[in-house]
Amino acid sequence: MYIELGHLSLILALPVALVQMILPMIGAQRNDAVLMRVAAPAALMQFLLITLSFLALTWGFVTSDFSLQLVTINSHSAKPMLYKISGVWGNHEGSVLLWALILALFGAAAVVFGKDLPDRLRARVLSVQGAVGLAFLAFIIFTSNPFLRLEFPPLNGQGLNPLLQDPGLAFHPPFLYLGYVGLSMAFSFAVAALLEGRVDAAWARWVRPWTLAAWIFLTIGIALGSWWAYYELGWGGFWFWDPVENASFMPWLVATALLHSAIVVEKRETLKSWTILLAILAFGFSLMGTFIVRSGVLTSVHAFANDPERGMFILIILALFMGGALTLFAARAHVMESKGVFALVSRESGLVLNNVLLVVSAFVVFVGTIWPVVSELAFDRPLSVGAPFFNTAFTPFILGLALFLPIGAMFSWKRAKAGRVVKTLALAGLVAVSAAILLWAMQTDRSALGPVGLFCGLWIFLGSVTELWQRAGRKPARLLRLSGADWGKFISHAGFGIVIFGIAGLVAWEEEDIRIAQIGETFEVGAFSVTLEAVEEVQGPNYFATQGRLRVEQDGELIEVLHPERRRYPVAGMPTTEAGISNGLMRDIYLVVGDAQAGGGYTVRSHIKPFANWIWGGAIFMALGGFFSLFDRRLRVAAGKRSGAAKSTGAQA
Amino acid sequence: MIRRAFSILMLLFLTLPAFAVEPEEMLADPLLETRAQSLDEVIRCVQCQSENIASSNADWAKDARLMVRQLLLDGRGDQEIMQFFVERYGERVLMTPQLNGSNVILWVAGPLMLLLSLGGIFLYSRKSKPSGSASLSAAEEARLKELLDE
Repeated sequence: MYIELGHLSLILALPVALVQMILPMIGAQRNDAVLMRVAAPAALMQFLLITLSFLALTWGFVTSDFSLQLVTINSHSAKPMLYKISGVWGNHEGSVLLWALILALFGAAAVVFGKDLPDRLRARVLSVQGAVGLAFLAFIIFTSNPFLRLEFPPLNGQGLNPLLQDPGLAFHPPFLYLGYVGLSMAFSFAVAALLEGRVDAAWARWVRPWTLAAWIFLTIGIALGSWWAYYELGWGGFWFWDPVENASFMPWLVATALLHSAIVVEKRETLKSWTILLAILAFGFSLMGTFIVRSGVLTSVHAFANDPERGMFILIILALFMGGALTLFAARAHVMESKGVFALVSRESGLVLNNVLLVVSAFVVFVGTIWPVVSELAFDRPLSVGAPFFNTAFTPFILGLALFLPIGAMFSWKRAKAGRVVKTLALAGLVAVSAAILLWAMQTDRSALGPVGLFCGLWIFLGSVTELWQRAGRKPARLLRLSGADWGKFISHAGFGIVIFGIAGLVAWEEEDIRIAQIGETFEVGAFSVTLEAVEEVQGPNYFATQGRLRVEQDGELIEVLHPERRRYPVAGMPTTEAGISNGLMRDIYLVVGDAQAGGGYTVRSHIKPFANWIWGGAIFMALGGFFSLFDRRLRVAAGKRSGAAKSTGAQA
Repeated sequence: MIRRAFSILMLLFLTLPAFAVEPEEMLADPLLETRAQSLDEVIRCVQCQSENIASSNADWAKDARLMVRQLLLDGRGDQEIMQFFVERYGERVLMTPQLNGSNVILWVAGPLMLLLSLGGIFLYSRKSKPSGSASLSAAEEARLKELLDE
């Protein structure tokens, strides 16, 4: 019964979205207040209906209702509760429903927090949100309906892919979707601004919190995914350049560029049309990501529902929204007049360079990701583009960004004195360079990424510290009085430095050891000695596992006893590897136990991963910086008090 | 020349191999084994998705690793071994597309776009030199005067 209610409310959401799309848009065009006022209740209604529908599906999973086809295919009654709930979005249909739910959530949030937006702008924003919602609701209902019933329900389900039976599934996709879908707000604001024919500081100030929120979620989502892959896939890689990872990374890169260019619009009223274009592209990459994951055009480890019909549907959605928005952009962009002018050496130029490098690196990822398809179709040359390509082609741009970041961040607006900035940063640069040279001398045949990455990481970190110190007038007491935006900038940039440092450290100084160890055997890995104490068979709620007990010691002192497992899930008939990891600030010890060997003993892989946690820790810092900036008092006050009248805020800078 | 530059670049950002190689597969000669492991890095497991044979646990990857080692013992060169795999499984079997023919587009796309955008910005900034935006409009002048008078 509740299944049908959920199904019904999903279908009802479709006409509501249609109304939300059409009436407010007409109202805004004709300046008809009554029609424009339809937008808010429609957006709230849509959220309510999709929430009901999502709850119904969740209940189906929780109670293991195998009359639902989706539950039968993707769930099993013996599964722990956490995975029954997260299993709702561990499949194609459920995850698109989550997508639509989050989209409606953002629409509702725009109603609640956007009370002070000018009526016309708000009506247009909500109307575009309605259009996106309509497209995805139609996609769900016509190609991916989660509420299909089975005539003869089986006694039990087929279970969830064992790799997905992990707390990671509970958090990684929702955060990622919050990010993807959050970029639809930037898109809606951009289209609304093009229709209005006006972009000003006030507009940038409304858009930035939404973009910032989406960016924070995307950052957390990507970091969680990377961490999950690290401990789950069994060899401790943290980034694979898999098409689906790229699908989430491209919008992140463009959103990062957008965040920075929106600052220029807000402070200096220039780069307007560029910012609009970025907002459109950021959401375009989100849609493209959705297409890549669900169409089966590219093979990926995230093998989702691969259905050409669905792929075609999303491609049409992508073409409609991008084609429409870009056409509108071509027609109206010239209306956006820049106000501020700036010299070659200025914060504005620095941010332009930031944008160029970020967008070019997103472009490199894009070309690499679709090249297998292009090459096969256009040149009849099937091939694959793997991690080595991306490492080589992508890294130089990010290193360029890293080198220039501390300098650009310290330039003043409009016209900066390069000499003064260089002098201030001299100490930071000196320390970073000498640390890198020292390392270069110490290591002989290792990858150059170690010293280079260490230099960049330190340079960004120390540069950010210098800038914050400078901003506080070199007085500790004034540090606390700095604005949230200043702290946000510092924390995010420092986090970026930490990520680079972590990657460089991990890649350059990882130590590995593979051997067949007998029970009781002790061996040395780096500075640690590892003893294989026992291997036992254990049983989990829905799996059997071969569990090793390994004792890790350093200089005769116990560090930790680790229990890596090899799990077998009888329902799915598929093994997974659970590494035993001793987490540490300076290093992770990462142990994997393999198969029993014919001559006795077990394969044991040991990895010492220096600074591994700095990668995700740094990413969390980046997101945290976003939060600080988001809750900056000035932004909040501004969001509340600004009225529709455009005010030049150049003086604020 | 370009290829040389690329190989230097590749070497610069080289990452360490992540092995799935089983101890009993390894070659006794450490020099050959090192070569084998760098070959494992660039040969893709055709049974898996975006994984090389060095990190994959699939059966095919295991066979491929053994084949790499057998060919090395036969005294074949690295290029020869890669060619051996390409002949049998197509270019798909390589992790990195070869730098020739249409693939040149793939490799130069990024640098080219950087040059184009920097050039575009340069031209744009020359064309649109301050057109009155540096000076204030009449209304703004009036407002400024008003403020200064207060």
